[in-house]
Amino acid sequence: MAEPLLKVENLYCERDERVLFEGLSFEVGAGEVLQIEGQNGSGKTTLLRILSGLSRNYEGDLYWRGEPMAEVVDEYRQALLYFGHLPGVKATLTPQENLGWYAALQPGTDTASIDMALRQVGLAGYEDVPCHMLSAGQHRRVSLARLYLSQAPLWILDEPFTAIDKKGVAQKEQLILRHAAAGGTVILTTHHELRLGGLRRLNLDQLAGTS
Amino acid sequence: MAKNKTDKNWMPRWFYQLASPRWCYDITGKLLPAFGVLALVLLLGGTVWALLFAPADYQQGNSFRIIYIHVPSAILAQSCYIMMAIAGAIGLIWKMKVADMVAKSCAPLGASLALLALATGAIWGKPTWGSWWVWDARLTSMLILLFLYLGVMALHSAIENDTTAAQSTAVLSLVGLVNIPIIKYSVEWWNTLHQPATFKLTEKPAMPPEMWLPLLVMVVGFYCFFAVSLMLRLRNEILRRERRSSWVQALAESR
Amino acid sequence: MSEIATNEPARRRGPGAAGVFRAALKRDLLLAFRSRSDLVNPLIFFLMVATLFPLGVSPEPGFLAQLAPGLVWVAALLATLLSMDSLFRADYEDGTLEQALLSPQPLILIVLARVLAHWIMTGLPLTLMAPLLGVMLFLPAEGMGGLMLSLLLGTPTLSLIGAIGAALTVGLRKGGVLISLLVLPLYIPVLIFGSGAVQAAVTGLPLAGYLALLGAMLALGVVLAPLAIGAALRISVSG
Repeated sequence: MAEPLLKVENLYCERDERVLFEGLSFEVGAGEVLQIEGQNGSGKTTLLRILSGLSRNYEGDLYWRGEPMAEVVDEYRQALLYFGHLPGVKATLTPQENLGWYAALQPGTDTASIDMALRQVGLAGYEDVPCHMLSAGQHRRVSLARLYLSQAPLWILDEPFTAIDKKGVAQKEQLILRHAAAGGTVILTTHHELRLGGLRRLNLDQLAGTS
Repeated sequence: MAKNKTDKNWMPRWFYQLASPRWCYDITGKLLPAFGVLALVLLLGGTVWALLFAPADYQQGNSFRIIYIHVPSAILAQSCYIMMAIAGAIGLIWKMKVADMVAKSCAPLGASLALLALATGAIWGKPTWGSWWVWDARLTSMLILLFLYLGVMALHSAIENDTTAAQSTAVLSLVGLVNIPIIKYSVEWWNTLHQPATFKLTEKPAMPPEMWLPLLVMVVGFYCFFAVSLMLRLRNEILRRERRSSWVQALAESR
Repeated sequence: MSEIATNEPARRRGPGAAGVFRAALKRDLLLAFRSRSDLVNPLIFFLMVATLFPLGVSPEPGFLAQLAPGLVWVAALLATLLSMDSLFRADYEDGTLEQALLSPQPLILIVLARVLAHWIMTGLPLTLMAPLLGVMLFLPAEGMGGLMLSLLLGTPTLSLIGAIGAALTVGLRKGGVLISLLVLPLYIPVLIFGSGAVQAAVTGLPLAGYLALLGAMLALGVVLAPLAIGAALRISVSG
């Protein structure tokens, strides 16, 4: 395997006096899908927030394409799509306006692809409806449309399938597979049984601190 | 602590030793008695000198002697803020836990010193100006400094996570540090606008040496006392934060 | 990763720095405009505070005229403060804030656009409304120009400083009172020079010195405050 995209070395994190993980090391390369597993409270979301750069309450080293993270943080952000618990969708804006803002935040995004992305998630015809008038599932799909819009190689997805119907889940699985096949990398958590070939798993329960 | 290998080369060794709470605990334990004795000697000697031997002021009589507490506490309240901001910045930039703890320990000390300076200022004001409070530029600046300290403390206590609290207060104290000169300047200007020529109390034209020498002793004594209190607070904080580490537990068992 | 003052690399593609600033400003103004009712609240508050003083002190014109410069400024300051708490809160709660922090675009510009939008929606209307309060409080007509000019230069600084407090407290449940504790002491220089300018205008003294000082504080705020706001937002979201 070539140089790993993202490398994690000796990661340590504690929260509320509890060690979530200690000495956690792993790496992911291009074309890989890594599922983070663990019970509720095992630190899945915390790990994803650390990997994305949102949370800084940890010790240990992160490397992006072999460089220490602190030195390449701008390149890293350009290559990252983070999909968290919070939808990141403004209720008073329309889906189109919401995605337009994401296009401005991520340089190199093609604004012409916004309509295409909305069609892909089944929101054609709702482009100009303020998001607070959409259903919860549709709201979620506005957020998911970012996956179609993005050209980032690394996706970090925290429970991407909540509030999505069966058909939507299958569609998202296909999307993840396609992304990996095209040389992209996906790190995700989910309660769904994923039916993906070549899926790697990382279980946090076995890593939990001993102290 | 950030284990960033790249900046380790140019930082001196002691800087990283300081970063270790255990090393810090040990070294402050050794320094404490020396500073304690020094503070005691200087404060006692300075007080006796100031109260019994220094000459009385020709205008204010004996009431001026309160400057031997007022001035040192005012000076220290200001230096303490600078120290808190610098420690906070070090903690923010190098993720150094001990610096965070120093910054946290500084805030209540600085607030008490500012309060002491205000109280002695008020007590001094009564015989001099005839009222407990006068909107004098220095007193007003000191009051605002106290507000800044209270803000820092309020923010620290509102955030549960120790690391986040330290980082947030560091940003706030740095913002305060940039603002202090602006505040001082603006308050002095406001004061000259609104209060025509009150005579300055602390900037006597040429205070005789037998008056300012005890003051110097008191200032140095206050610094030593501050160092002692800071180290005590810091050691407390180190033990609290590191209570689950093996060396603290060994320490607790050996007692 | 303590990138408080990262130098943005020049090899960026897509919309440049100016493009992001424009997009952020457009979005923030649009957001503010869609919830118009929130916009009026600080203005009503401004008016009410100014009404309290004659009721609480004395309606005597000569007396009020003397206090007016300070009263209008204190009321404007409190109204700005009141509007500060919500500056980043909605973005924090719906996750758009964390997405903005993960963007490779310079956070300083996004933050600056946010503060500018806030000022356009509160500081500017307050400035335009100030003569009304001046009349209510018997501020002499010579003071009106000074009042508006000083507010025009001073309220953006209030927004910038207040945004630091808002960024520090955005993750906290009891942000409202706390933000006043953090920000009010920092507002004092603006208050002193702002009301000083009005007083100078009333007494016919030259204004330029005061306005220059207010301008200098604004310049300092535009340069430094976004750094502090950005750092504070990253810390608040991280915690």
